[in-house]
Amino acid sequence: MNPASSVAPLLLLEAVSCGLDPHRPVVRDLNLRVDPGEMVSLLGASGCGKTTLLRAVAGFIPLAAGQILIKGVAVARPGFSMPPERRRVGMVFQDYALFPHLTVAENVAYGVKGESRERLRAITGEMLERVGLASLARRYPHELSGGQQQRTALARALAPKPELILLDEPFSNLDVELRERLGVEVRQILETQGTTGILVTHDQHEAFAWGDKVGVLHEGNLRQWGTPYELYHQPVDAFVAGFIGQGTFLSGVSQTPEEIRTAVGILRGKPHGARIESGQAVRVLIRPDDVLPDARSPIVARVIRRAFRGASTLYTLELESGCQLQSLFPSHADHPVGDRVPIRVSTDHLVLFPDDRADGVFTCYPASI
Amino acid sequence: MILSVSGEINRWRLIAWLLTGVVLVPIGVILSAWITPEWAAWRHLLDTVLTTLLLNTALLILGVIAWVWFMGVGLAWLTALCDFPGRRFFDWALILPLAMPAYVLAFTWLGLLDYGGPLQLGLARRFGPNGYWFPDIRAPGMVVFFFSLSLYPYVYMLARTAFAGQGRRMIEAARILGRTPWGAFWHAALPMARPAIAAGCALAAMEALADFGAVSVFGFQTFTTAIYKAWYGMFNLPAATQLASLLLLFALAALTVERRMRGRARYFASDGHAPTARERIVLTGMAGWLATGVATLVFGLAFAVPMVQLALWALGRISQDLDGRYWSLLGHTLLLGVGAALLASLVALVLGLIRKRYPEDRPIRLAVRLASSGYALPGSVLAVGVMLALIGISKAMGITGGSGGLGAGVGALLLAYLARFLAVAMGPVESGLERIRPAILEAAQGLGSTLWEQIRRIHLPLLRPGLMTATLLVLIEVMKEMPATLMLRPFGWDTLAVRIHEMTSEGEWERAALPAVTLVLIGVWPVILLARKSARR
Repeated sequence: MNPASSVAPLLLLEAVSCGLDPHRPVVRDLNLRVDPGEMVSLLGASGCGKTTLLRAVAGFIPLAAGQILIKGVAVARPGFSMPPERRRVGMVFQDYALFPHLTVAENVAYGVKGESRERLRAITGEMLERVGLASLARRYPHELSGGQQQRTALARALAPKPELILLDEPFSNLDVELRERLGVEVRQILETQGTTGILVTHDQHEAFAWGDKVGVLHEGNLRQWGTPYELYHQPVDAFVAGFIGQGTFLSGVSQTPEEIRTAVGILRGKPHGARIESGQAVRVLIRPDDVLPDARSPIVARVIRRAFRGASTLYTLELESGCQLQSLFPSHADHPVGDRVPIRVSTDHLVLFPDDRADGVFTCYPASI
Repeated sequence: MILSVSGEINRWRLIAWLLTGVVLVPIGVILSAWITPEWAAWRHLLDTVLTTLLLNTALLILGVIAWVWFMGVGLAWLTALCDFPGRRFFDWALILPLAMPAYVLAFTWLGLLDYGGPLQLGLARRFGPNGYWFPDIRAPGMVVFFFSLSLYPYVYMLARTAFAGQGRRMIEAARILGRTPWGAFWHAALPMARPAIAAGCALAAMEALADFGAVSVFGFQTFTTAIYKAWYGMFNLPAATQLASLLLLFALAALTVERRMRGRARYFASDGHAPTARERIVLTGMAGWLATGVATLVFGLAFAVPMVQLALWALGRISQDLDGRYWSLLGHTLLLGVGAALLASLVALVLGLIRKRYPEDRPIRLAVRLASSGYALPGSVLAVGVMLALIGISKAMGITGGSGGLGAGVGALLLAYLARFLAVAMGPVESGLERIRPAILEAAQGLGSTLWEQIRRIHLPLLRPGLMTATLLVLIEVMKEMPATLMLRPFGWDTLAVRIHEMTSEGEWERAALPAVTLVLIGVWPVILLARKSARR
């Protein structure tokens, strides 16, 4: 028995289809399972249905097919939708949706019900303490910075103690630095509360930093569900391979399932991705970190572009065949544009997809969508 | 160098404050009555009319606020957040009653419901002259109700903008935090719209305080009718001044509330988009038709029914009424209107340009702000104030011999119009100026353009639409104005509004219809413009 299934799931989506227009659902036939305490990201480009999905879980969009269960209770089916106020789910909106006529403390207290005045004050105070806003309790939202508004929104969503919190691109209105710091902070706060958090984002760094598990959504379908490591190194299809991280597809021919002949020699590794027959034309995904400088290597590439990134430098290299590869070198290895660098492509696992464009020539093209 | 700059700013400050004087002097003259109160005169007023006036005014204001709140908020909620049959039509149609001056609505309904009106005649024919029950249509409750029918659009418009601006997101936030749909309305949407609603109520209260025509049609005594009576009936300028000074205090209180709330409403507005069709609360079945019914009822009572009745009356008498007299009334109305409109637009332009040139200068900003608060001054108060000021100036300059004939009379009237409607002109002019970004002027300066050249080649062409709007809006407001025109017009300068007052005070509703229809048809133009603008948003 799978150990994960011994725990009752907190959220279960079974064959869910939904969208504003029920006849043309944005999300189609989607299955998802989130266990208590898990941190999950849903990653996708805009229009992929990730926000629609979140709003369906919250109860703002009815289902066209399938069902949603929260703690084993069906909250949505076609023709039935438990109103949002009874689902006991928290939500942090992209634009925060703070009530402008209430102070920070009043905003946080808004969703807490049936508590005495002292108890309410204690809960609010504790929440504000936790998000580091205790000193701003009497301010109004328009008197706060973006980061402070975002913390207020989080405190407000947490105050009624929901077991599940939905975060809809909550950091997208913040600048990059604050975004990363708050992401870590928010995750920690949820962890100490024991709250499950589902984050929706189009930013893969954010998705990876947040989620123990990340789901890649595309055109209303869940293309892959796995850890960040799995998504990056073992993408299930060419779309995910191109969508996650940077990389290049090298064309090649499989000799055995574990050996591929390419323009940069024979690559060996454990195969992932599609099932490949011997002798089949394939595409191999090469990540920038698979390309290493190696003084003894016979393969020489020329530096075309370089982008300094601090600890490392991202080089665009051109092989003699005209193929361009991206590679991430430690930044000590400093090569000017035009420099010729001997390289080695080292793959301990091979991400392979059948190549429909194969014409017998070893080419390569960027792994983008 | 520094000296010359500060010399220049002082010159502009002086001009700004001189122009603001048009608003400030009448207020100052009237308020100065409080410096040396004439206790004997006050005691006399107290013994005679003051208690009635205060009670009636309180009843009017509180009643109007309650009604416009219910009608304005309810209808705004329906059209901004819900969907029901006919919503798209009512969305803008419910603003139309703004085109009908309160006194026109009042006399039309009075004519419809009065003893000799079509409704009671029909009842009498059916049940005999005493065989039916009919409410007292001159009861205070009725006055308040008909007033509210013409004033609710202020609340409706502001509340609608507030509700639509909140978008669905705020409702959703309240729902996910555990509120039912109704709870979300009461605990999120309504409190957030509260400043906008309060500002709308204050505007309605201001209009109710300033009205003279409607209350005098109903024979309901308020400060404006008392001022008019003291002025015309008793030629008692001190008594009129005293009453005006009290009314002024109420008006300034309403103005303060309105300004305050508008300021706060800006903070409360979230930048949410108006709900799209799919996000609306769809009222189906009975609820939907009930909503349609309520909207139809209000629209019918406030606009459609009186409009039809007016048209019938006017058509019935068009052969008698459409004579030389009508054209001369219209001519006077237009002449006064165009004169005041050009004057107001010019002053608005000058004030706007000065403020644009020194956007940070406090004295100039204060002057502009004060100049644009004259809309709170009731016409009757302004009439008294302008007259007192002109008398004072004449005395100081040693000129004796009354008001000084036609020139002074028309001049006084234009000054009163200018004070009351300057704010109307400043709206479009200022929003036009806002569009001229400082960078444009810097570019012009960089190209070697002098100040006057900038005004001629940049400001005026860019401001032309704004100035045209300003002129037209003031023209229409002046044409509808009644109390100041009644009190200050020189002999022989009757306008359409004056004619309406004369005819209605004799109960000749049909004969007031043609001028009234004229005013409504002219006044509907800016309202439609406003409705379209707010619908686009």
